[in-house]
Amino acid sequence: MLKLLKYALYDILKSRFAMIYTVFMILVAVSIYQVSDDLSKVSLSLMNIMIMIVPLISAVFATTHFYNNLEFIELMLAQPVKRSHVFLSQLFAVILMLSLSIMIGFGLPMLLWGADTSLITLLAVGVILSAVFAGFAFLASVLTRDKAKAIGISLGLWIYFSLVYDGFVLYLIYSFADYPLEKVTLGLVMLNPVDLGRILMLMQLDISALMGYTGAFFQKFFSSSMGLLIAGGTLALWTLLPNLFAMRVFKKRDF
Amino acid sequence: MKALRVSIFFLLCLIGSPEVLANTIRINPGQSIQKAVDRASPGDTLIISEGTYKQFGIVIRKPLTVIGENYPVIDADFKGNILIVATSNLTIQGLKLINTGRSNMDDSAAIKFFDSKDCIVRDNILENTYFGLHFSNSSQLTIINNKISASALREFEVGNGIHLWKCKNSYIGNNEVSGHRDGIYLEFVTNTQAKENKIQKNMRYGLHFMFSHDNSYIRNTFKNNGAGVAVMYTKNVLMKENRFEENWGSSAYGILLKDISDSEVVGNIFLKNTVGIYMEGSSRMEFTNNTFRENGWALKLMASCDQNTFKANNFTQNTFDISTNGSLVLNTLTENYWDKYEGYDLDKNQIGDIGYRPVNLYSVIVEKIPAAVILWRSFMVTLLDRMEKIIPTLTPDEMIDESPKMKPYDFG
Repeated sequence: MLKLLKYALYDILKSRFAMIYTVFMILVAVSIYQVSDDLSKVSLSLMNIMIMIVPLISAVFATTHFYNNLEFIELMLAQPVKRSHVFLSQLFAVILMLSLSIMIGFGLPMLLWGADTSLITLLAVGVILSAVFAGFAFLASVLTRDKAKAIGISLGLWIYFSLVYDGFVLYLIYSFADYPLEKVTLGLVMLNPVDLGRILMLMQLDISALMGYTGAFFQKFFSSSMGLLIAGGTLALWTLLPNLFAMRVFKKRDF
Repeated sequence: MKALRVSIFFLLCLIGSPEVLANTIRINPGQSIQKAVDRASPGDTLIISEGTYKQFGIVIRKPLTVIGENYPVIDADFKGNILIVATSNLTIQGLKLINTGRSNMDDSAAIKFFDSKDCIVRDNILENTYFGLHFSNSSQLTIINNKISASALREFEVGNGIHLWKCKNSYIGNNEVSGHRDGIYLEFVTNTQAKENKIQKNMRYGLHFMFSHDNSYIRNTFKNNGAGVAVMYTKNVLMKENRFEENWGSSAYGILLKDISDSEVVGNIFLKNTVGIYMEGSSRMEFTNNTFRENGWALKLMASCDQNTFKANNFTQNTFDISTNGSLVLNTLTENYWDKYEGYDLDKNQIGDIGYRPVNLYSVIVEKIPAAVILWRSFMVTLLDRMEKIIPTLTPDEMIDESPKMKPYDFG
């Protein structure tokens, strides 16, 4: 397993993509640090990148990576190694590389110009979102035999979670404005990993606005240990479920 | 020549006479302060020695100077008022007054003034009082350097720190008030100045005034009060260089202005409040050189306000800059700095070439449906806001700063 992971990692780190992605992240972070005059503005701009771009790149990259390595995977499957090990080594390699890029890309400028808790939270959110969307991408890849179709599914999931879902929630809130919606929205937010990540950031950035009546309800929930546990658990589930499901399919799939 | 000498001598005697006649009376622990007061003649000085005095309801009706040595403690043991004053030219200095009664029937206070004039209350420490300093129908008061604190858990269990009713020409400076219902409460108080007071952690309002015209509030700090500062039905107020900080809650405001007119709000700092300024029914006010920073809403400007001017203020890192409740705009925004402004400055005159609309769509939606705040900063909402910026439909079209500054002002 470790040996497989090692080779998968070597392979992925040598690829041009890892370099480009990291450099891109560094460039973005550096330019934002240069333009903005204070830290909370920096974390605001970085958050927009993190919420939008990171899931997109994770999804697309993980899908293409799976298909590019399909021959290597098939070769490995012919060897006396466990199928789950082959799958996990590929998955972990992708997640590790994406997380490393974020850590280096955003982390280095932070080390240079300073960071606060909101930026640290941002890094964690970025890593989790990468893992979640890599999971979605692998699931899409094992479910289809066509690369284009798999990328389509990954992109669809990305659009759904970062745009369509929020529109749906907003519509729901608008339609049922006369009812007490706090708990319902809280529940709905749990069903979207991107929203969860965004709200963890919101807790840091817009704390004053959240002190209003409804906001205080969310703030209370997410700052209580119970709420944090639930939010963290849900995020963990979002990371685990697609991956586990993808592994199950992978194990039974006829290559 | 001799006649002149004699007259000068008599004149000197006349001038000197109060000094000659004034006595100093020392009170030691165990002695009654009330008896000493009764014995004293007008103009005398009472020195209260260090120690604890379990006394209350001490009535002073003549001009005296009461000085505590090393903060003698006068403990009312939760019974009634401690000092009750109705006189002129009284000074109370250096006392530690603790544990007044807890009654709304007589508004128990540490020191209560009625119909007094030219009195000075300075350097006192008040702990665990119901009302701290309570003045009614008095004038020319000087209230400085007092530390007033209470430790009630609920709003109705405590009175106001510094309470003035129907007073005028007074000065309230350098006091610290915490844990009371309202920090400073003024009703029908005119020509009074409150300067450099530190008002924090009070149950209700830091500063609360009504029908109190021609007053000024300078360099005070109002921090972490239950509902911030609320001022009503007043004209001709000057608020200068105050700090309004961390007033958090569903109905907490840096300042709530209700029916205030012809006033100036200059050089204040609003930091981390749920709402920086909430105003309704206010007219002809000038807001200049204020800093709004990290507030939930910097301004909630209700449509009932008119002819107010917001000029040269800094708006930075607020979640929402301005929200309003109607489409009618009768106020002027000009030359402010908005950190969310995205325009350009081709002629390099430091003023943006296109106007800035500070009301964004989502603040209107959140105003209607508070639960929607959970979607703030999502991609969907950002898109909606962008569209609204280009073609305003829901937000008031005229709420616009035509000359937004490109760089923030440096107020030092």
